[in-house]
Amino acid sequence: MPVHWIVLIVLALAVIGYVMGRQKALASAGGNIRDLHSLPSYYGSSVAIFTMVFSFLVLIVWLIAQPIVIENQVAGSIPPEAVREGSTLGLMMSDVRRVADGLDQAVSQGAMTSEDAASIRSEFTDVRDRLGAIGVALGSDVGPAVLRAAQHYRALNATGNLFMTIVVLGVALAGFGFALMRSHKDFRARNVVETTIRYILIGAASIAILTTIGIVLSLIFNTAEFFRLYAWTDFFFGTTWAPSFSGRGGSSELGFVPLLWGTLYISLIALAVSVPIGLFAAIYLSEYASPRMRSFAKPLIEVLAGIPTIVYGLFALLTVGPLLLSVFGDGGLGWMKAGTAVMTAGLVMGIMLIPFVSSLSDDIINAVPQAMRDGSLGLGATHSETVRQVVLPAALPGIVGAILLAASRAIGETMIVVLGAGAAAKLSLNPFEAMTTVTAKIVSQLTGDSDFASPEALVAFALGMTLFIITLGLNILALYIVRKYREQYE
Amino acid sequence: MKTMQTEAAEARLGATMNAAKETKISARNVQVYYGDTHALRDVDVDLESRTVTAFIGPSGCGKSTFLRCLNRMNDTIDVARVEGEIKIDGEDIYDKQVDPVQLRAKVGMVFQKPNPFPKSIYDNIAYGPRIHGLARSKGDLDEIVERALRRGAIWEEVKDRLNAPGTGLSGGQQQRLCIARAVATEPEVLLMDEPCSALDPIATAKVEELIDELRENYTIVIVTHSMQQAARVSQRTAMFHLGELVEFGDTKTIFTNPSEKRTQDYITGRFG
Ligand SMILES: Nc1ncnc2c1ncn2[C@@H]1O[C@H](COP(=O)(O)OP(=O)(O)OP(=O)(O)O)[C@@H](O)[C@H]1O
Ligand SMILES: [Mg+2]
Repeated sequence: MPVHWIVLIVLALAVIGYVMGRQKALASAGGNIRDLHSLPSYYGSSVAIFTMVFSFLVLIVWLIAQPIVIENQVAGSIPPEAVREGSTLGLMMSDVRRVADGLDQAVSQGAMTSEDAASIRSEFTDVRDRLGAIGVALGSDVGPAVLRAAQHYRALNATGNLFMTIVVLGVALAGFGFALMRSHKDFRARNVVETTIRYILIGAASIAILTTIGIVLSLIFNTAEFFRLYAWTDFFFGTTWAPSFSGRGGSSELGFVPLLWGTLYISLIALAVSVPIGLFAAIYLSEYASPRMRSFAKPLIEVLAGIPTIVYGLFALLTVGPLLLSVFGDGGLGWMKAGTAVMTAGLVMGIMLIPFVSSLSDDIINAVPQAMRDGSLGLGATHSETVRQVVLPAALPGIVGAILLAASRAIGETMIVVLGAGAAAKLSLNPFEAMTTVTAKIVSQLTGDSDFASPEALVAFALGMTLFIITLGLNILALYIVRKYREQYE
Repeated sequence: MKTMQTEAAEARLGATMNAAKETKISARNVQVYYGDTHALRDVDVDLESRTVTAFIGPSGCGKSTFLRCLNRMNDTIDVARVEGEIKIDGEDIYDKQVDPVQLRAKVGMVFQKPNPFPKSIYDNIAYGPRIHGLARSKGDLDEIVERALRRGAIWEEVKDRLNAPGTGLSGGQQQRLCIARAVATEPEVLLMDEPCSALDPIATAKVEELIDELRENYTIVIVTHSMQQAARVSQRTAMFHLGELVEFGDTKTIFTNPSEKRTQDYITGRFG
């Protein structure tokens, strides 16, 4: 039975269980809701929960485990001598899966009966032709070993699915019966529902945490792999970034310093643009603007925040770069060689971050209680004195947090750098020279034909790891600052 | 050590000390609207200098609203609209020429809810004097702060922790801190909105002492829900009810022989 049917049946069972559980509890109290321990809907919900939760858990585990188990069994049943010259067991298994899928399709389209599919022999039929006729393309001729394995695979799958249906529906029915039996006026149905809700929430939280841990672990392992192939001193202290393009390694110089410098330089320019402008805009909007002005300007700034960064990248490449070039280039001051430069990317990234800084700071400034402003104004302070000496200090921890968040965004930004700053890794102080950043280099190391086991590709993980540690450090610093000021002010 | 401004103010006031008490604040036909609600209607009142005037009345009757009119704090509320005429020293404070900042330096206020700044206790008190340049030196400022904290009856409690945050004090201490902060700028008129609502009897007595002391030089308006307090500290009393000024007169008269039934009922605790 296909999975969606199983799901639908369980859901229908849950709905029936809800209605029946509710009625049974009501009946046991003689129809008097006050005699029940919980509200009637809790009794219904507890039956529905018992029907659904365990059966779906079994279903999910089964769906994950079955392919793994079957794969192992089939692979184990292929004799080693059947593996062709120049091929591997892994490649053969993917052939097996493809043939099995093809046979499934042939059966479902009516081109073969299921007996045919189970008994077909490569000795008598050209399987590749027959499957080709119904639109399943296979790379090579199907040998007898592969075909037999594919049929074995299908048979196991069919049995597995049958058992799965029986077990899942059985669990659902058992839960249904058990919960319905307990549905009695003295049963504490509300506590059951509350506990279930708590576990569902815990489940969601742990999925978020576990995936994060998974990502970090994969970063760590791949980084360790990279440092086995490439000396870490050369990575952290090397001042040249020159990966060889053969993809075979050996002659690459993978120094991290020029990339870090590019990242920091561009981020610094971006912050120098976005922090003052964003902060002043926020102060204007929250302290000076009339409600009408505010209701018009705030959404407008938030629209800016919704522009995809690739659009900012285009803007850098096509507008800001040429503009800067016409002023600082050979026609003007002669400091700039081409439109792509640290300055171009920094300015555009700064513009991108303005709405980010301003809307966060605006919220934070608005959160300062009006009573603070009244207190200051009541002592005869002017508006700007009040803002400078009372509102901003009170909002400072939040503002610092906003700035550090903006910094970690600047450090992680990629598209604007790729289009605006160029691809040359360079160590230079001139902001009108092309440079590149960690993120842009990760992209260029992994795009194109690279062997994922070579240091040239693995370096991407080391770069990602370092970037992760830097932004993590920034976030921790932000938290620390916020806490420290909290203690002082609250 | 006294500052220049205070000296000047005292010299000026000293000359008129024994003269008849003149009108400091006069309000005529004052109306306040919050959006569409008419919160205060037709208030006519003359407040005398060097006098404590108490505002009494049930909750929500507009006492704070009227108090906030006197130093234009209602300007900070978007929906609030004030009509009518309010003069301080004969000058219309709602005139276009008047700078509300200067006005508020002259008319200090203690708010109903304590609102210390998220700064140290010292900086809370020094805030006003610094802004108005009242201190010539650090030592000067230290003296102003100490004097203000003493007058606010909180010096003994905080003298060892002047650098601790003002927001870390208890509710009653915060209230006295705000009183001290208001007197530190030496305003001519002091508006106090329920300054003793969170204070114990001892601190209340000290604040009342302060009010009595300040009366020698300043004009004081105090909002209070305690009839005994109104009777103890004030010379004149204004009774508000539902946005109207019901009765205004000598405290003695109001408490012994009110002319309005509503006043009598309120004072004797029959409603409100
Ligand atoms: N900011 C505001 N916006 C709208 N309405 C307000 C505002 N402030 C006060 N009001 C209304 O004005 C009326 C008078 O309020 P006010 O604060 O002056 O009362 P009060 O006499 O000080 O009361 P209490 O003794 O409880 O402090 C109330 O009905 C209140 O709802
Ligand atoms: Mg009030």
